[in-house]
Amino acid sequence: MTAAAYVRTAPEEVLPAPIFERGALAWMRQNLFSSVWSGLLTTALVALALWLIPDLIAWATTRAVWSASDGGPCRIHQDGACWAFIGHKLDYLRYGSYPVAQRWRVDATEIVGAILIAWLLWPRAPRRGLGAVLFFVVYPILAFILLRGSQWLGLPIIDTALWGGVFVSLLTALVGIVFSLPLGVLLALGRRSGLPIVKVASVVFIETMRGVPFITVLFMANNMLPLFLPEAWAPDRLLRPLVGTALFAAAYLAEEVRGGLQLIPKGQFEAAQALGLNYRLMMGLIILPQALTLVIPGVVNNFIGLFKDTTLISAVGTLDFLETIQNAAKDPVWIGPTIAPTGYAFAALFYFAFCFGMSRYSLAMERRLAAGRRR
Amino acid sequence: MTSGADAAASYASAAAVEMIGVHKWYGAFHVLRNIDLTVGRGERIVICGPSGSGKSTLIRCVNRLEEHQRGRIIVDGIELTQDLKRIEDVRRDVGMVFQSFNLFPHLTILENCTLAPIWVKRMPRKDAEGLAMKLLERVKIPEQANKYPGQLSGGQQQRVAIARALCMSPKIMLFDEPTSALDPEMVKEVLDTMVGLAQDGMTMIVVTHEMGFARQVADRVVFMDNGEIVEIAAPAEFFSNPRHERTKLFLSQILR
Repeated sequence: MTAAAYVRTAPEEVLPAPIFERGALAWMRQNLFSSVWSGLLTTALVALALWLIPDLIAWATTRAVWSASDGGPCRIHQDGACWAFIGHKLDYLRYGSYPVAQRWRVDATEIVGAILIAWLLWPRAPRRGLGAVLFFVVYPILAFILLRGSQWLGLPIIDTALWGGVFVSLLTALVGIVFSLPLGVLLALGRRSGLPIVKVASVVFIETMRGVPFITVLFMANNMLPLFLPEAWAPDRLLRPLVGTALFAAAYLAEEVRGGLQLIPKGQFEAAQALGLNYRLMMGLIILPQALTLVIPGVVNNFIGLFKDTTLISAVGTLDFLETIQNAAKDPVWIGPTIAPTGYAFAALFYFAFCFGMSRYSLAMERRLAAGRRR
Repeated sequence: MTSGADAAASYASAAAVEMIGVHKWYGAFHVLRNIDLTVGRGERIVICGPSGSGKSTLIRCVNRLEEHQRGRIIVDGIELTQDLKRIEDVRRDVGMVFQSFNLFPHLTILENCTLAPIWVKRMPRKDAEGLAMKLLERVKIPEQANKYPGQLSGGQQQRVAIARALCMSPKIMLFDEPTSALDPEMVKEVLDTMVGLAQDGMTMIVVTHEMGFARQVADRVVFMDNGEIVEIAAPAEFFSNPRHERTKLFLSQILR
């Protein structure tokens, strides 16, 4: 262009992007072979995967023992997993020593819980507010009555010493989640409170819990709680680690929620106040709904951590899923070199399935929120 | 009824806002210095002045978004003190429109408008929605009622913010630089809405740099600088015959 002034006469053509700039080829070039080193690394890792993964899959499938009535076949086929052992012990792994005739109560509790959770997690589900009330208020009571029993309803009382397995692991995680979230929100609000006593109490609680390993909290809950309370009030042996878990998780969630609160612009508080909303309405209707949606990914991350940490409660004598696997592996009928690896592989699959599900859900929510903010 | 109560009643009806010897400090910084200002019912006041002069702080004291440390502020007959109940009573009668709109992004336009009537005034949902639609029509955006704030332009959001404040049927409206965050082509639609409001007799205190609006609508213009009121005058007088040196300097800088 030589002239200083210019007027367009015909529109410029819209052209397709060059072939290396779009589709799978462009992606591979950018992400896998962007430089010589990146290309070598990609090749090396693919080779490593090709070497290891087929062997692992063969161990778990073609070379595995799928059916046997005792450990004999598994002791012969030592190069494969012993899934027959898991099949025989599955009921014990699921319920611990819960009486066989009453196990339907555990099933019922789990099914109701699963339905309520699905209701809450599905963003387009109708009446999620009602779902939340049912899950956070009604369900804990129902679960307590069903699992523990009630003379009045004709359900025999099952001592918690008999509870165990997957069901106790899920229960611990669920109790942790249900009680730690509201408590965490209260602690986060307390930490921002203008009342010095509330603020100091919240800070001390949060920092103490965060400054101490989880296992310590569990030992404290287990051994020291009974010392402080009269004998008659001494909490149930299963309840103690549950309380410890919920309090520990609450401290971490409080920090997560506080982060969300800090992201809410000051103008939102002022607009709510200017409309005459009091503190409770402002927090409940304007601030917390926004802050909590912002921290969903972080909260789910915490829940994933909490779920995996429930394996630690076996340290204070609670029969969780991992403990039932270790117990089952000691059965002389099954004893053999492949039993423990099979059990741990099964546990790994179980924990991975739950954590991966939570992680995917959190990612989907994140994308949904990002899309919502673009609106 | 005693004569004292009579006096209080007539006193209450005389002024919408009364500020007597108001001082405020941010830490050691003296932002408001001995402010005396009485706003009558139905009166439109425009406050102008250079940035940092304390004009926003002044109107934010009227609904206690900022706390004053000395002096008295009486809004619609209620004196602002530490008493939360009084503060909430005042806020119920005083609407506010912010520079940055501050709509609630997680609620639809309609929900933004009905929230306070439903929760603060305990108005039935149906009535609140009817009222909100009427006011959204007044600010000329009823068709956006079910959208979210992020889907609207700045000018539309600010008009929603005005409608949201009006849904509480306020006696006094505060505007804190309502057009400063808007693209130039959207300023007019917001100012038109405000002019309409003034014509309906609303008591308004407006912090703005829109001198055209001040000329057209204001009963009195208040000029502030360095945390003090420098000059108060009717707009015709204020613009054509400013008396204080600082007012002259300010006007010469913004009107050219």
